[in-house]
Amino acid sequence: MDEIFGIPAPLLFGQLLLGLINGAFYAMLSLGLAVIFGLLNIINFTHGAQFMMGAFVAWMLLAWAGVGYWGALILAPLIVGATGVVIERLMISRLYKLDHLYGLLLTFGIGLIVEGVFRNYFGSSGLPYRIPDALQGAWDLGFMFLPIYRGWVVVFSLVICLATWLVIEKTRLGAYLRAATENAPLVQAFGVNVPRMITLTYGAGVALAALAGVLAAPIYSVNPQMGTNLIIIVFAVVVIGGMGSILGSVLTGFGLGVVEGMTKVFWPEASSTVIFVIMAIVLLTRPAGLFGRA
Amino acid sequence: MGEVSRRSVVAGAAGIAALPLARARAQGQSTIKIGVLGDQSGTYRDLGGPGSVVCVKQAIEEFGAQGFAVEVLDADHQNKPDVAVTIARQWFDRDGVDMITDGTTSSVALALNQLVKEKNKVMLNSGAATSDLTGAQCTANTIHWTYDTWMLAHSTGAAMVRAGGDSWFFITADYAFGHALERDTSEFVKQAGGRVLGQVRTPFPGTTDFSSFLLQAQSSRAKVIGLANAGADTTNCIKQAAEFGLTRRGVKLAGLLVFITDVHALGLQTAQGLVLTETFYWDLNDRTRAFTSRVRSKMPNQSPPSMVQAGVYSATLHYLKAVKEMGAAAAKASGAEAVARMKAMPTDDDAFGPGSIRADGRCLHPAYLFEVKAPNESRGAYDYYKLLQTTPADEAFRPMNQGGCPLVRS
Repeated sequence: MDEIFGIPAPLLFGQLLLGLINGAFYAMLSLGLAVIFGLLNIINFTHGAQFMMGAFVAWMLLAWAGVGYWGALILAPLIVGATGVVIERLMISRLYKLDHLYGLLLTFGIGLIVEGVFRNYFGSSGLPYRIPDALQGAWDLGFMFLPIYRGWVVVFSLVICLATWLVIEKTRLGAYLRAATENAPLVQAFGVNVPRMITLTYGAGVALAALAGVLAAPIYSVNPQMGTNLIIIVFAVVVIGGMGSILGSVLTGFGLGVVEGMTKVFWPEASSTVIFVIMAIVLLTRPAGLFGRA
Repeated sequence: MGEVSRRSVVAGAAGIAALPLARARAQGQSTIKIGVLGDQSGTYRDLGGPGSVVCVKQAIEEFGAQGFAVEVLDADHQNKPDVAVTIARQWFDRDGVDMITDGTTSSVALALNQLVKEKNKVMLNSGAATSDLTGAQCTANTIHWTYDTWMLAHSTGAAMVRAGGDSWFFITADYAFGHALERDTSEFVKQAGGRVLGQVRTPFPGTTDFSSFLLQAQSSRAKVIGLANAGADTTNCIKQAAEFGLTRRGVKLAGLLVFITDVHALGLQTAQGLVLTETFYWDLNDRTRAFTSRVRSKMPNQSPPSMVQAGVYSATLHYLKAVKEMGAAAAKASGAEAVARMKAMPTDDDAFGPGSIRADGRCLHPAYLFEVKAPNESRGAYDYYKLLQTTPADEAFRPMNQGGCPLVRS
């Protein structure tokens, strides 16, 4: 059997693929964060809780309303996105004139409260959510056994990332968004309703987090802490990619997923730390991040 | 400046002089204070947490008024040993707590163990798994209730080897508990003629995707993957092993520490067929059902108690019996003597039935090997287990002379 660095080649390819799959989650979550930060200048620390809410709403839809996975894929982001709109209108919008730090503290606090409320009602050990029947089973790729659902996650999140990038970079709406980021009063003077655009952008960023949550529900344990575990890594991804850079966060998300996957083979104990080591190195050498503008 | 500091020195001296008086008054009131120190917000919350507080209060209520008052405090140690020790220190030094229970998470338990000994208080640990609590680290102030890594390895591990699972690969949570569970299980596997082909240590907490580790386990060609972890780690492993088709292709999963809360989280569809060991199951016999029906309506989400919560109930009840026999003042004065009195008395309660406590601090109960029911066998929520085998109390735990407990040698 062929070996690379003492590891059988098939195992290594398998790990590469798994890294990409985890990277898909990082990419989708950091994408939402980057969109929100780019336009609102808010570091959305509620993102992990909103990811968790996506998974829980999918469970609620199934358990209480009989709506399955495919319905949840559309409804859960809409429902959670709507809560995001409410939060933005009621609270976050009051902080735009203040320092970043206030937005960070507010969203961090909201995240803790949401997590606490879910923990109170659903406990901490989690709820069952099955893989939809159409995506059950696995493909035998020769070097590994790939569950169809994981393949679906990678493809679907790539499509979402690409679509988001296209909307922001290639459409008129995206042009308004980018212009408002640069100079909001001027864009408003042209007759664009900037506050409404900001609100909807926050809602869209939150919906992206919820969508990732629905994707995660069948493979990770659906519990109130599920976002906390992931979100710290995602923040590191955003910092490494460059705050506010859409393409940067997507590429870094996938890239770091692979790096983490490889670490799980060669030095498993360090797999939760490796991303932060990279973050430290990037901050020392390129403080604006790999794809950020200084 | 000089005046102020001189005055505060005088005040401080007066305060120190008054201390013995204050303590004497506290003893006069004879209030026993119990601190429930558990995971109230993290992954182990459901198996201990607020449910443990309910079970302690249940024990106090059933014990009734016996000439001394009992007060309960509770706190969240967040699974962090440093946080736990800070809270416990405050409880002992400022609040006059006499006994700490729950104590989930092995790293927390080992840290508390030293402090409790130093302060001569009592720890009745029901939540932690490490068998070191009654082994090399045993003290005269600690009793370990409910379960430990040796017992789990002995019951589940040996049963898996007997069923033909003679080659193992471990997925181990990278901290005191995971290491102890892996070590204890490896010994049984080797003793029974099996082989350990490898292990992977996963960061705790913070790992959610185990597919990479499962794939490594699979490529080792081991027949059994031993899950030396707990809580969300275990449920994620089982969920993802099913997803990657490991179990369908004949690999057996040994969930070395699986609680009823984990089975509930997985759902029977995913968990069915899993073999696991517990010392308490709510539907085991008439006494466990009676205990469950008394406490269930007060539990968070009306769930039946886990074995950790049942252990907290049992331990508190036994402690209160010992306090009554020796007098509250004497029990407050010396934790070691309260523990000695507890060891001298047989235990008996609805959750665990009759039992005893050994010199090394190990509380002995029978261990039950269960298999998780298929969805069509279950009559409803929490009807999850079929009893496969019972290990009697005197064989379920590590023999005292093998643990290396200094109390036993001397």
